[in-house]
Amino acid sequence: MSSSSIYSPPGFDFSNQLRNNFMLQKGLPLPKATSTGTTIVGCLFKDGIVLGADTRATEGPIVADKNCEKIHYITESIRCCGAGTAADTEFTTALISSNMEMHALQTGRKPRVVTAMTMLKQMLFRYQGQVGAALVLGGVDATGAHLFTIHPHGSTDKLPYVTMGSGSLAAMAVFESGWKPNMEREDALNLVKLAIAAGIFNDLGSGSNIDACIITANNTEMLRNVEMPNVRVQKERDYKFRRGTTAWKKEDVRKLIVEEQTLLIGGDEMDTS
Amino acid sequence: MSIMEYNGGSVVAMVGKDCVAIASDLRLGNQALGISSNFQKIFPITDRIYLGLPGLATDVTTLRERFRFRVNMYTIKEEREIEPETFAHLVSSTLYEHRFGPYFVEPVMAGLSKTPSGGVKPFIAATDLIGCLNFAKDFVVAGTASSKLYGVAEGLWEPDLEAEDLFETISQTLLNAVDRDAYSGWGCIVHVITKDKVVTRTLKGRMD
Repeated sequence: MSSSSIYSPPGFDFSNQLRNNFMLQKGLPLPKATSTGTTIVGCLFKDGIVLGADTRATEGPIVADKNCEKIHYITESIRCCGAGTAADTEFTTALISSNMEMHALQTGRKPRVVTAMTMLKQMLFRYQGQVGAALVLGGVDATGAHLFTIHPHGSTDKLPYVTMGSGSLAAMAVFESGWKPNMEREDALNLVKLAIAAGIFNDLGSGSNIDACIITANNTEMLRNVEMPNVRVQKERDYKFRRGTTAWKKEDVRKLIVEEQTLLIGGDEMDTS
Repeated sequence: MSIMEYNGGSVVAMVGKDCVAIASDLRLGNQALGISSNFQKIFPITDRIYLGLPGLATDVTTLRERFRFRVNMYTIKEEREIEPETFAHLVSSTLYEHRFGPYFVEPVMAGLSKTPSGGVKPFIAATDLIGCLNFAKDFVVAGTASSKLYGVAEGLWEPDLEAEDLFETISQTLLNAVDRDAYSGWGCIVHVITKDKVVTRTLKGRMD
């Protein structure tokens, strides 16, 4: 247990580890954390980068979230797609985004993609793969458009088209057959949509909708749910229960104050003579 | 068997029209042995935020106190009540702090947040045991009966239910899911939060 001080030290708290390892020894396995089974992709085109992602989050065989966001904000012209342990991708990108903002303020320049990439890989390497984040980082800076993949152990690649996550094979197949250098914006977006769709329909860990993000030198366009190929059809009948269906034993109503009115009692003004 | 099944228990939260509901079972067990049929897993955080903590009972108690402390500190420092969105992030970061030695709970939050125009907006969220937030527009589930709750809720929930109808839907969802889970049950409690009142009802259900 951390100290009773209100000032707790920054960073991770390992105080439960002793207890948890004891339980592990007793044969109680660790429960599964939410993972983003995921298809995430990125692709270079004529004037920038297109990033793409599906929107399914899974907990083992269960779909935990049908429309989650996997394209994370790093800076205005740098974005990052995350696959792997959902909490890790969420918190790692948020931390680096914060550090990038501080770095931009410190230097007074627009931060570069390599800076974000280095910060991310150094953090992931420090944790020796224990922070399970597999990332696709893309953006445009003073030195041009850059696209990276970052693996959980901290290794990076710089390529013109990349895929990650459980649907990476399906998506890469689309890229390998369809990618050409110096593509137009529309063609690049369509190819990304196709790659994500390949993941959604052929990989069980990916599903629901397509998110995309187009980053160019002077504009970033976040296209949330650009394509929704799996909309739920309207229910033909409803399953509303008649009021009073559920029997209950005890009821407690807690009234909340919505507005207050102040009433003056007695109209006499204070005698100040 | 996983640690999550050690004490059993489940929570579900749903969105309605200008209202939210959160419900849980009342069982505390020691694996297959029932210990208590009045173990509260849902706690009021503010007048308009309720937090459900299904999972390992020792962590339920620890975290309830931890959140009470952190919300009190927030209220004193900010001189205002915490908003549901802010509270969700407080829960999330508290759990992620314990990324490499987690608390075995899957929190579910339900509340009404204030809109600039003075109205209220329903809010529900859930996190996994290391704090990955899931903001849902319909319903969230957690606990040992979660797989069953997903199925029933997916079938029964519909948008824009009035408070009284939402009570029926969430009650039937929980009651029926919990009857198919050996580790949950032994009574249920439902809270329906609306703009002007919170209605808490203890349900009549199977006690086996």
